[in-house]
Amino acid sequence: MDTALAVHRLHFAFTITFHYIFPQLTMGLALLIVILKTMALRTGEERYSQCARFWAKIFAVNFAIGVVTGIPMEFQFGTNWSRFSKSAGGVIGQTLAMEGMYSFFLESTFLGLFVYGEKRLSPRLHWLAAFMVFLGSWLSGFFIIATNAWMQHPTGYQTMPDGSIALTSLAGLIFNPWVFWQYLHNMTGAVVTGSFVMAALGAFYLLTDRHREHARVFVRLGVTAGAIATLLMIFPTGDGQGRNIATDQPPTLAAMEGLFESTPGAPLAIIGQPDTERRRLDNPLTVPGALSLLTYKRWAGTVQGLNDFPHSLWPDNVALLYYSYHIMVGLGTILFAVMAIAAWKLWRGTLMQSRPVLWVLMLSFPLPYIATTAGWMTAELGRQPWLIYGVMRTAEGYSPKVTAGSGLFTLLGFMGLYALLSVLFLFLIYREVDHGPEPESIAGHAPVPVPAAV
Amino acid sequence: METLWFCLVAVMVAVYAILDGFDLGTGIVHLAVARSDAERRQTLAAIGPVWDGNEVWLIAGGGTLYFAFPALYASAFSGFYLALMMVLWLLILRGISIEFRGHLDNPVWAAFWDPIFCGSSALLAILLGAALGNVVRGVPLDSAGDFFLPLWTGFRPGADPGILDWYTALCGVTTLAVLTLHGLAWLALKTDGPVHERAERLIGRVWWIVLVDAIILTVASFAVQPRLAQSFMERPWLAVFPALAAASLALIRFLRGERRRFLASAAFIAGMLTSAAAGVFPYVLPSVSEANAGLTVFNAAPAQYGLKIGLAWWIPGFLLAAGYVAFVYRRFAGKAAR
Repeated sequence: MDTALAVHRLHFAFTITFHYIFPQLTMGLALLIVILKTMALRTGEERYSQCARFWAKIFAVNFAIGVVTGIPMEFQFGTNWSRFSKSAGGVIGQTLAMEGMYSFFLESTFLGLFVYGEKRLSPRLHWLAAFMVFLGSWLSGFFIIATNAWMQHPTGYQTMPDGSIALTSLAGLIFNPWVFWQYLHNMTGAVVTGSFVMAALGAFYLLTDRHREHARVFVRLGVTAGAIATLLMIFPTGDGQGRNIATDQPPTLAAMEGLFESTPGAPLAIIGQPDTERRRLDNPLTVPGALSLLTYKRWAGTVQGLNDFPHSLWPDNVALLYYSYHIMVGLGTILFAVMAIAAWKLWRGTLMQSRPVLWVLMLSFPLPYIATTAGWMTAELGRQPWLIYGVMRTAEGYSPKVTAGSGLFTLLGFMGLYALLSVLFLFLIYREVDHGPEPESIAGHAPVPVPAAV
Repeated sequence: METLWFCLVAVMVAVYAILDGFDLGTGIVHLAVARSDAERRQTLAAIGPVWDGNEVWLIAGGGTLYFAFPALYASAFSGFYLALMMVLWLLILRGISIEFRGHLDNPVWAAFWDPIFCGSSALLAILLGAALGNVVRGVPLDSAGDFFLPLWTGFRPGADPGILDWYTALCGVTTLAVLTLHGLAWLALKTDGPVHERAERLIGRVWWIVLVDAIILTVASFAVQPRLAQSFMERPWLAVFPALAAASLALIRFLRGERRRFLASAAFIAGMLTSAAAGVFPYVLPSVSEANAGLTVFNAAPAQYGLKIGLAWWIPGFLLAAGYVAFVYRRFAGKAAR
């Protein structure tokens, strides 16, 4: 691979991977905060309001980093991927501009009211502010998924004689068949992250015997939402997204599964190492026929292997794609199992006393972050070697005038800056966790909100 | 249709410059007008609930530019690569300096963030101004419409310019002065006490700097970009834009009332930007090379369908955004708490 191309890919991969750590939590938490606010409104209990206030602080820190690391994403389409932007900007610029006009203005307006305006708003209006923040963040997710879905499976466009790509149907772009499952799969993923983080913090407080009343709320809500979301993650959303890939990106499916030979009754590989030189899966542990069943709902269905496709259509990093997909699915299964056990204990009324399960909940919170990252790597590596699937190759898309040297300079700059952001983030979150959800236990400790006049 | 979108993008840029302009200006004068911790909290409170929304105009304006003139977005963003990446780093540092400063009540923590807020605001003003200067001066486009500018060459505009030469540096310095004045006008409106008094005192002095800068920049622009004189000659009515700028600048000096003075400053910024836009139209990125005549609204726009259907959702989105802005600023009316 030519060096400039490699640097530009790494540039985008690094900045987007770091960025998405934050919005996945804020999108998930936004929903859980609306639920907490609803419980506060319906029961009138101050405890729920305190919980919502506490998570709003965690939300605000994540949101701030999500915003500042999100701006470089829009810029990079132009700075690092100018040939792609010049051709396709008339199409994907639509959804990216919609995100700005319809969700960022909404979010920035109501976040200020939500975080700093509780004393000046009636409880109902404050609930509404929380709901609008939720709506804005989920709309934002929609426009980004619609953009990505178009790159995965372009619809509603026409290639012009000069090589540029023109939009022919806005509805085709927005209601791309890929958007539905991809959006739901992504958003349930965000809810999984949010609920694991909430449950883990509740478990931590219970195990350290602090803030017991609030911790119970965190665990109860986290486990309930987590059990539902981890199930939806697998079926129907994961299954639906898998069928998108099977239909529209068959070489990608073969690479994800490490399947080289086309076979009826194809086996599902649980573990194994793909060897693209010899075109086989080493040390495989497989479930016979299961891949055919999952793909076609028939044991005997024939799944096409990589050997059926010319090498130029193979994703260019088969092994990493295979591992990303297997890490995502493996962790998804573990996350479901953890939540299923916790939900069962919760139903039996023994969860809050069950220290082993609380330990597992506390320690599991990094796993959904890894699973969502691996999931996005699966989507993006699976799209290769195409930038727009079947239309434009990744190697044709980057900025011709931006050298590998310039790209490396700014990549290193981002790495340094994001290292600083990470340290600040962990420090500020640690402070909030240490302080906890109860009001003013230690004098002079409360963060002083900057804006005093909302 | 292309001309309409040119005007809409110009509106987005002007609104961004006016709104984010005053919070950048607040950052520029942060260390000068606010001395104690309480005063610094006060200046931050004067922009706290709105700065984030102001910056959304940059994102939404960028998105609008992206789909309305994709060839321009691609060419300019990759050509100004190094400068834009630095803009991004400064935006990140500035954003967290505003958001994180208030999390800890500790003098060392505050002393760390205050100069970052001030320095990043000032550098952003200079870089954004220089970027505008590059667009007026023109860039060495190749036959495909691409270019790449180093940060500087010999500091002379010509066939082989850098992002910074004496002309674009002048644009940067002028922008710094204009936003300083704009920020002071905002702080005079939104604060009371010592911060208010210092801002009032500085406005008088900075106004003269802006006046001198604006005159030099105007003369320099006509010298560097001959197309400007040509445009104003061919369409004399375009002179309303520079006239708006000149009249507003005078009004900043002579108007009584903090609110009116701030609005005059906003009108001055709008006048300066629209003058530049009107002067280079129909070019959006003039060329200084032989290989390419430059990008115009016509050769940088996509097929008609996208522009037409874009209007259908863009206009309601814009009205909605304007509604949010009116709502937020109404709630935020009056002096910021001390």
